[in-house]
Amino acid sequence: MADEVSEETIRSLEATALEIRRDIVRMTHAAGSGHPGGSLSVCDLVNALVFQELRIDPARPDWPDRDRLVLSKGHAGPALYSALALRGFLPREELWTLRKLGSRLQGHVDRGKLPVIEASTGCLGQGIGMAVGMALAARLGPHAFRTYAILGDGECQAGPTWEALMAGGHYKLSNLVVILDRNLYETDGSTESIMGIEPIADKFRAFRYHTIEIDGHDYRQILGAFAEARRTTEGPTAIVAHTVKGKGVSFMEGTHVYHGKPPSAAELERALTELGAPSGAPR
Amino acid sequence: MTPAGPAESLRDAYGKTLLELGGKDPTLVVLDADLSGSTRTILFGQKYPDRFFNVGVMEPTMMSIAAGLALSGRVAFASSFAVFAAGQAYNFVRQSICYNHANVKIVATHGGLLVGGDGGTHQMVEDIGLMRGLPGMTVIVPADAPTTRAATLAVHAREGPAYVRLTRENLPVVTDGTFQLGKAAELRSGSDLTIVAVGAMVARALEVADELAQMGVSTRVLDFASVKPFDEPALLRAARDTGAVLVLEEHSVLTGVGALVASTTSENYPVPVRRVGVPDVFGESGDPWALLDRYGMSLERIRDEAWELLRVRGKVQ
Repeated sequence: MADEVSEETIRSLEATALEIRRDIVRMTHAAGSGHPGGSLSVCDLVNALVFQELRIDPARPDWPDRDRLVLSKGHAGPALYSALALRGFLPREELWTLRKLGSRLQGHVDRGKLPVIEASTGCLGQGIGMAVGMALAARLGPHAFRTYAILGDGECQAGPTWEALMAGGHYKLSNLVVILDRNLYETDGSTESIMGIEPIADKFRAFRYHTIEIDGHDYRQILGAFAEARRTTEGPTAIVAHTVKGKGVSFMEGTHVYHGKPPSAAELERALTELGAPSGAPR
Repeated sequence: MTPAGPAESLRDAYGKTLLELGGKDPTLVVLDADLSGSTRTILFGQKYPDRFFNVGVMEPTMMSIAAGLALSGRVAFASSFAVFAAGQAYNFVRQSICYNHANVKIVATHGGLLVGGDGGTHQMVEDIGLMRGLPGMTVIVPADAPTTRAATLAVHAREGPAYVRLTRENLPVVTDGTFQLGKAAELRSGSDLTIVAVGAMVARALEVADELAQMGVSTRVLDFASVKPFDEPALLRAARDTGAVLVLEEHSVLTGVGALVASTTSENYPVPVRRVGVPDVFGESGDPWALLDRYGMSLERIRDEAWELLRVRGKVQ
């Protein structure tokens, strides 16, 4: 069965992706700190989830049957905040409060401050475990939602990530989808030069995941993988999404430098020009 | 004065109470990390296998899984030995459970030196300090089986994270089981000296208090099972009424209840305070009760500290 993805859907996602990427560089610049590189790499995955795949409703953010998204790489909050704002879960002007005192938009996503976030994360290696717990709860019922978790590649060096993945495989959680943002870089450099995680797809397979490798910036492939995951009933699905760190901003691409460093004023102008946006920080 | 009752298992009380709760609360789930026989969660697991998750040796991730279940409408109890539940899993308890204010109850068995033969690696004497320092965490250290039952019911009934520290050894029944969160239990009234105690040390506190009574010294004994929330009024009343406080705990004196009592009194009503507990060292293998004696919690030491406080207050020569 072909998974029909219309041209209109693709064009619509590409349009929101551009908005999210502009927001990411503006937000991190305004905050004076943050993680643009990993937010840009995960942007298309988050965008596809929030606008297409997840069963969520801005009118009912606490709907018990809603699908759950756990952003285990909690430092990529700017991508999720922007997507949720565009989808109507929070006011767009709130985006510029990122990392400021009193803001609901914490440096790492925070459920206590912003309840639409399903799980506070940031200390790595914990998100998959919480997602496994949510998937178990959904299996017990009565609310049969699906759970999606986005994992960073540096996070694959953390032992508890594998504890949690092992549990997902053991319990055959077919309602769980783990998405790896494989952007190749962590804070200090490339994952393979620091502590290699390859062959990562084989590791997921060994942990009993139906494993799909995709280009994490190609919406047909992303939505196709989500559809394949929904058809997978024997156990959990892992999607290894090959992405580009800093995707969309040439000087942030393929480097660890902007993992945890925001753009300067000049860099922001350059980034916005590349992203086809009017120059200048918002307001 | 009621003598201490026969020794009973705190772990059995926990396991039986879980079983009882399982029949009343269909949202209850229980997790364990390959120690379900020791922690007694196996009792629940046998009756309610669909709601029981033995995740194997992954205590940190057990806490995250429990949090995920709790964030999806379940009440989750998670059990292991204290060294794993509070030590191995600390940052998972901190972020997955406490930061998310997830409705997870950690019931840790094998707290303190009374673990015995397993030795210093397994004798957790830092957990009260670690858990008490977490915002939003309730911390309870029952002295006996009836309090264990009452505490299990109390944390189940109260929304939010909790840590209950149990002892491996059977302990004499010293309370009537009317535990209340945030309330100290006055097990002996007295006006010359106060002994504050938690867990296994409550029985020793009563033994010394009864000896002192025969010598005409009136000793108030407070069971502070509810470490957090802490019954500050009861402590300050005791400080005012008796003028000196001796604290007994099977835990490091650096970060435990003694430190809490000393800081609370010194900020509000300074009186002499002496702390009996584990000094700044790890334990070792040995007979459980001999370990308490070896590491500074003997009856003799408690008597000496009591007399020292009475002397400082001018109540004896």
